[in-house]
Amino acid sequence: MTRRILIADDEPNIVVSLEFLMKREGFEVATAIDGEATLAAIEKMKPDLVLLDVMLPKMNGFEVCQRIRANPQWSGVRVLMLTAKGRDTEVAKGLALGADAYVTKPFSTKDLVGQVRRLLGLE
Amino acid sequence: MAPRAKLALVLGGLYLLLAMLFSVLGVALWADMQESERQAIRAALEVRYGLAIFVILISWALLGLVVQALYRAYVQVPLSLREQALVMATSNPALRLPENGAPEIRALAQAVNALAEQREALERDVEDRIRQAKASLEEERNRLAALMSELTQSVIVCNLHGRILLYNDRARLQFKVLGEGGGIIGLGRSVFAVMERHLIAHALDNIRHRMGRGSARPSAVFVTTTRAGQLIRVHMAPVFGAEPENAAAQRREPLVGGYVLMLENITRSVEMERTRDLMLHSLTEGSRASMANIRAAVENLLDYRDMDTEQRDRFVGIIRDEVTIMAQRLDQTTSEFSEALEVRWPLEEMVGADLVQAAQRRIEQRLGLPTETAGVAEDLWVRVDSYGLLLGLTYLASRLKGELGAQRVLLRLSRAGRLAHLDLIWPGVIDGAQTPANWEFEPMNIGGETSRLTLREVIERHGGEFWMQRDEAADQSFFRLLIPIAARPDAVDPTAFVHSESRPEYYDFDLFQASEETRALDDRLLTQLTYTVFDTETTGLDPSGGEEIIQIGATRIVNGRLLRSETIDQLVDPRRRIKPESIRIHGITEEMLRGQPPIDQVLPAFSDFCEDTVLVAHNAAFDMRFLQMKEAATGVAFRQPVLDTLLLSAVIHPNQESHRLEAIAERLGVNVIGRHTALGDAIVTGEVFLKMIPLLAEQGIRTLREAREAAERTYYARVAY
Repeated sequence: MTRRILIADDEPNIVVSLEFLMKREGFEVATAIDGEATLAAIEKMKPDLVLLDVMLPKMNGFEVCQRIRANPQWSGVRVLMLTAKGRDTEVAKGLALGADAYVTKPFSTKDLVGQVRRLLGLE
Repeated sequence: MAPRAKLALVLGGLYLLLAMLFSVLGVALWADMQESERQAIRAALEVRYGLAIFVILISWALLGLVVQALYRAYVQVPLSLREQALVMATSNPALRLPENGAPEIRALAQAVNALAEQREALERDVEDRIRQAKASLEEERNRLAALMSELTQSVIVCNLHGRILLYNDRARLQFKVLGEGGGIIGLGRSVFAVMERHLIAHALDNIRHRMGRGSARPSAVFVTTTRAGQLIRVHMAPVFGAEPENAAAQRREPLVGGYVLMLENITRSVEMERTRDLMLHSLTEGSRASMANIRAAVENLLDYRDMDTEQRDRFVGIIRDEVTIMAQRLDQTTSEFSEALEVRWPLEEMVGADLVQAAQRRIEQRLGLPTETAGVAEDLWVRVDSYGLLLGLTYLASRLKGELGAQRVLLRLSRAGRLAHLDLIWPGVIDGAQTPANWEFEPMNIGGETSRLTLREVIERHGGEFWMQRDEAADQSFFRLLIPIAARPDAVDPTAFVHSESRPEYYDFDLFQASEETRALDDRLLTQLTYTVFDTETTGLDPSGGEEIIQIGATRIVNGRLLRSETIDQLVDPRRRIKPESIRIHGITEEMLRGQPPIDQVLPAFSDFCEDTVLVAHNAAFDMRFLQMKEAATGVAFRQPVLDTLLLSAVIHPNQESHRLEAIAERLGVNVIGRHTALGDAIVTGEVFLKMIPLLAEQGIRTLREAREAAERTYYARVAY
């Protein structure tokens, strides 16, 4: 069964890379460019994992993460937060709000794929 | 009993005694005689009766004269000497007793005169000492005042009640809110007007606590804000009061009598810090995203080499775009935050010419190398670490002398935009091989004395640069140092120099002795009170008819001194037209009022100025009426006690016709200058009031209550506005 991944980021330059990367790793990929669109996309495609950027327009990643965790139907959705904010206080906040993993930009694509696979139980 | 009556009594007694003695003798002899003898005496006396009585009278008279002479010499002369001695003791110490009368009395007068002589010498000595002590105290005060005014730091000294005893001009400017000379820092004013009471109390507690633990130099630091929103860091140090000698032995810790506040405006440095944070943030987090985009694209390119050309081009495009963005961001940050990027070594601001002069002196003294100037920009202020810079210049000159054989050096200072060029020039052009490129990195060594500093470090402290340049046309070479230029230091408030004939009254140590502040003003002596003397100019005479204040002038009296440097002189925009006839009186035109603050901005500042003082004005009822008319609109109420020099004049001179300010001033010998400006009138009123205080005291009017009640009783008090 093909795992579905939702990429939520407002920067096209990272979305292009992530989309390419995830497709080549054999995942089914969808994208969303702001917080509200992210929630709508989750509702629609029921992804197995969301690559969630913190700095999203309309609704930030922390809030999106909280909404996902607040919805019991989405309890199976893994959340991997991606952020340019490297402070340890923010890492702690993301994990506290229910993110499964927290990756700081810039990251290695290999590590990212490894994290995604681990979270999806593919290794 | 009068001395003469005493003399008569003594004389009478003497006569009586003699009479009795002779009678007893006569009776005894008579009784002892034979009848024949009695017969013979009777016969002898019968014929010589007259002679006997005559002899007796004569001897009485002679006796009287002798007694009187004795009386003069031993009673009257001492009595007169006593009177003169009393004069000597009480009013005229220079008087001496006349040396006449009996020898014993004369000796006594001599002894008294010698004592008087000694006493006078002692008194003179004491007076001399007091004079000397006063003079040296005055000198010390002047020195302190001069020192304070030169300090670049703001300093305020307060007693324990928070009354300001001393301050310098910088402190005044720091808290200036409105008006030229005014503001809320002033002698005898409460420091709590500018700083919260609990902050000060807390800091004092800290200091006492530290003293309790035996700290040698207890002090406290806190941060407060001014009304203008400036951040002020306050350093507080205690002032120890003088204490009675016997108490010193019992008390181990000294008594705090007040405190010194040293203020530093840290608004700018705090802002600078925030700017740095912002910059750091924008650089780190902004870059992270771009780097993530590049890295992901690059890694995709490397890991999936089988991708099609279109995909590959997209990734390469991403890399190019992101690198461009990062470069732009870097440029933008550098230009935006250039000021914050400057090294934060504490630099002092000084006149460039002074720096050059100091460098010349240093080089000539240390190295014996003649110096000259080759153009020094005038009016150029630089921000330098003068110690490091002078060291650096001397170091360079010493190496020039020692290694290149320079016979003299020239100094040049010129402006170049944001920076200044400080050049050290020497004659002759050296060729490339000799370029002293490494000089700046070596520890500076001057005549055997080595400093840990290198010239490079000094240059970096200034955020500057350093290089050597050749000027072949002029056949000379020079070292060029780039140093930052300072904005001209804050122009000092021009009003600070207006009354330059007397030295500024920024201190009054007598306030240290100020008694309980909380006591009701009413029973305090007029000589002890603090007054705000003020005057207003108005558009017309009828306050309730819509006339408005157009100028407020005020000055203060503290401890019987008129403080000419603590004044308010403020024009007010009346927001209405001014009648031409009133312009003739005060000379204030509508043009002058344009752009001035309206009354609702001026009154709060004036109210602060008047805080805790007694108001004094000439015809105060008129001015007070104007102020009261504004109470509802501005919310500022003047509840202070008010004294009116017009009414007080009527108390002092009830039979004079005129109580106009000029007339009173003339009567009391006060010079009238600058009348019919609000401040001019306020100053005249203040001087008049000071002359009135002793005159009122002659009439037994000493306290504020007595003065108010006396004024109310006068005829003029019944004229109400």
